Amino acid sequence: MTPEFIAGILTVAAPLLLAAMGGVVSERSGVVNIALEGTMLASAFAFTAVTHAFEPVGPDGRHLVDAAGAWVPFAGVAAGLACGVLVSLLHALVCIRVGANQVVSGIAINILAVGATQFACTLVFESSSNSARVASLPRWGLGAFTFTPAAWASFVAVPVVTLLLFRTVFGLRLRAVGENPDAAETLGVRPGAIRTAALALSGALAGLGGVVLAADVSQFVQNMTAGRGYIALAAVIFGKWNPWGAAAACLLFAAAEKAQVPLQGKIPPQLAQSLPYLLTILVLAGFVGRARAPAALGKPHESSR
Amino acid sequence: MAAAVEMVGIEKRFPRVVANVGVNLVVEEGEIHALAGENGAGKSTLMKILCGLHAPDAGVVRIFGREVTDFRPAAAIAAGIGMVHQHFMQVPTLTVAENVVLGEEPRRGPFFDRRRAEERVAELGSRFGLPVDPRARIEDLPVGLQQRVEILKVLARGARVLILDEPTAVLTPQESESLYATLRSLKSQGRTVIFISHKLREVRAAADRLTVLRRGRTVGTVPIGEVDEAKIAEMMIGRPVLFEIEKTPAAPAGAVLEVRDLAGGRLRGVTFDVRAGEIVGVAGVEGNGQSELVEILSGLRQAGSGTARLRGRELSRAGPAAWFEAGLGVIPEDRNLRGLIGEMSVADNLILGRHRQPRYSRAGIVAGAARDADAAGLVERFDIRPADPRAEAESLSGGNRQKVVVARELSRVPGLLVAAHPTRGVDVGAIEFIHRSILAERARGAAVLLVSSELPEILALADRILVLCGGAIAGEVRGAEATERGLGVLMTGGAPA
Ligand SMILES: Nc1ncnc2c1ncn2[C@@H]1O[C@H](COP(=O)(O)OP(=O)(O)OP(=O)(O)O)[C@@H](O)[C@H]1O
Ligand SMILES: [Mg+2]
Repeated sequence: MTPEFIAGILTVAAPLLLAAMGGVVSERSGVVNIALEGTMLASAFAFTAVTHAFEPVGPDGRHLVDAAGAWVPFAGVAAGLACGVLVSLLHALVCIRVGANQVVSGIAINILAVGATQFACTLVFESSSNSARVASLPRWGLGAFTFTPAAWASFVAVPVVTLLLFRTVFGLRLRAVGENPDAAETLGVRPGAIRTAALALSGALAGLGGVVLAADVSQFVQNMTAGRGYIALAAVIFGKWNPWGAAAACLLFAAAEKAQVPLQGKIPPQLAQSLPYLLTILVLAGFVGRARAPAALGKPHESSR
Repeated sequence: MAAAVEMVGIEKRFPRVVANVGVNLVVEEGEIHALAGENGAGKSTLMKILCGLHAPDAGVVRIFGREVTDFRPAAAIAAGIGMVHQHFMQVPTLTVAENVVLGEEPRRGPFFDRRRAEERVAELGSRFGLPVDPRARIEDLPVGLQQRVEILKVLARGARVLILDEPTAVLTPQESESLYATLRSLKSQGRTVIFISHKLREVRAAADRLTVLRRGRTVGTVPIGEVDEAKIAEMMIGRPVLFEIEKTPAAPAGAVLEVRDLAGGRLRGVTFDVRAGEIVGVAGVEGNGQSELVEILSGLRQAGSGTARLRGRELSRAGPAAWFEAGLGVIPEDRNLRGLIGEMSVADNLILGRHRQPRYSRAGIVAGAARDADAAGLVERFDIRPADPRAEAESLSGGNRQKVVVARELSRVPGLLVAAHPTRGVDVGAIEFIHRSILAERARGAAVLLVSSELPEILALADRILVLCGGAIAGEVRGAEATERGLGVLMTGGAPA
């Protein structure tokens, strides 16, 4: 285990961690958030497009990527966060205000995100497959362990979400609403408001996950999330809806993903690529016992009035 | 001085039913006021309006003289109303302290001040004589303590008017005693109590005044000294109710259920028979193996050891399907958990478990016409209200849900009927009806095992009574010779009198 190898694992894990934390927050409040995937993708694009927009333009109309001010990619990060919140609030509108099925809403958002980013990419970058290279986020850290600030945020997100869920008043209410919204309501807690706030936070986290992906390669690539939102959601479930559990599942997946690289060429590539998934399933099925989901997960709350 | 609660001309309609029409209720400050009425009369609905869970379609509500304009829980709490619901409103995975302070948590900045919450709950508990461990998780507590938490929750919000919806339905007689003592002590501190109950004896003992509802209307309010149980029942139902049902002597035939050394969970080896045409009662303080016995005898739990034969078939480790096939009918302990599927219609619930029979399905497709026709018949025969087989089971009042379960199980024409608390939460009229139905099963030749924590029920119905204590049979008494006192002694581990 070289430091480079470990840093590699962390790089792969960072976007997953953020999305998984978003998943934990949303699911603990009782809302299934399959839309994590689409939220990440939309935010990855928002980061790229806004960073691009603030880059200085040369006399020939070309973007002077490397001359961009240090703040430029951070404007992109802000855009990614805002975009994540917005997409998630759309999910909230459909699931909480309208009371529609949460899985259907999530899938619709994911399909919409693929189409919308592709379309917008064509408009902004004149290519539906990928964007131009955009200004990079700085890398902070020591030796092999240098990451973008967005990736660093992912490591901080796990303890912060834990603290939020289990130590704050908001967290207590959020968990109560996820287990028994009727009970919370009788005490004057508004389940709809709590769930909307939870989804907004979930969107910000997943959005930042998308930013990490795009910032790593300083560009947007069509469908670049490639199912990471779903993997994060699986990690939430394998992690028993606990932030540390979900984080462990993300790291396991990332480690398996890294470990398959040296195997390539020795075994059939399809097998090598499916290794992380297989290993994750095996380890988790073998070591993680039965988990109990939040009791009100997926059930729209109808106020009886 | 203004009354604590004044509700005038209250109306509340639901999509399929009118729950309240022109209800009037006046509750004076510092009294214990009982609310009685048939299942579905609209009692719970009326109280939910008072605590801000429903907004009325018409009518005026005044709390301590102030008219309520904002029907939301937070407003009702602020006005001094607190309600302990029929189906508890708790978050089972959270602790006692967390449940009690939810909505008005002590904070340190954005953080939840757990220590202060726990102190506050402990302090409340000792102040009101309702001790409970603030750190225990709700799901680990027995119902009696869960209810105590509900009461603390209401008191923690400074409620001046406490509403309790059928608080004793799930309590043992001892727990009920202590609950009523608590209510009296709250009254002596100047608080007002409104409680709903179907147990007329308790209403007589605990209340100062009584309001009766029937079909969504107020029948009247009377001081408790002016009415006896028979009179209350008549106000509720609109006709005299027979409390004593006459019972012909049993004519038992061969054994239908043979239980030998059956053990599992808290059940520690019991042996008995139930013969065709007899009712065997199982009495005992709750938690002495009754639940396990019922679970094993309905295939929900595998016996640890011993045997249970139904019509000769050994089924102590079999699943529910085998039991039903052998001729079981079962009224389970918890109707919401095991008796009904809340989101399904009454009609679907009425054929649950029999949907594969040729009458109800062909090639896997449910025969809607047969189901609906039979459901309509059962709804009428068992007086399930609203009389609408398409209503969601969940929208029914507590007592009517119970009637759906009873109707389904009796319509199986069982060889063995296992009835656990068959009249829990049902009104006096329906109790009479269910008791008659059980006796009719006996007359038809069914073997009946009746598990109940209501001694009067066991005394009224059982031909033989087994007393469970510590998971074993502490004694067997002939029904005609049993007395409440004698059973009480056996139940608590004393020697047979
Ligand atoms: N949320 C709801 N949706 C539709 N109908 C409802 C709803 N709540 C209650 N009802 C109906 O309103 C009527 C009154 O119900 P309520 O629960 O007030 O009765 P209750 O007097 O408390 O009866 P019980 O003694 O059986 O608990 C019933 O017919 C019930 O089916
Ligand atoms: Mg009720």
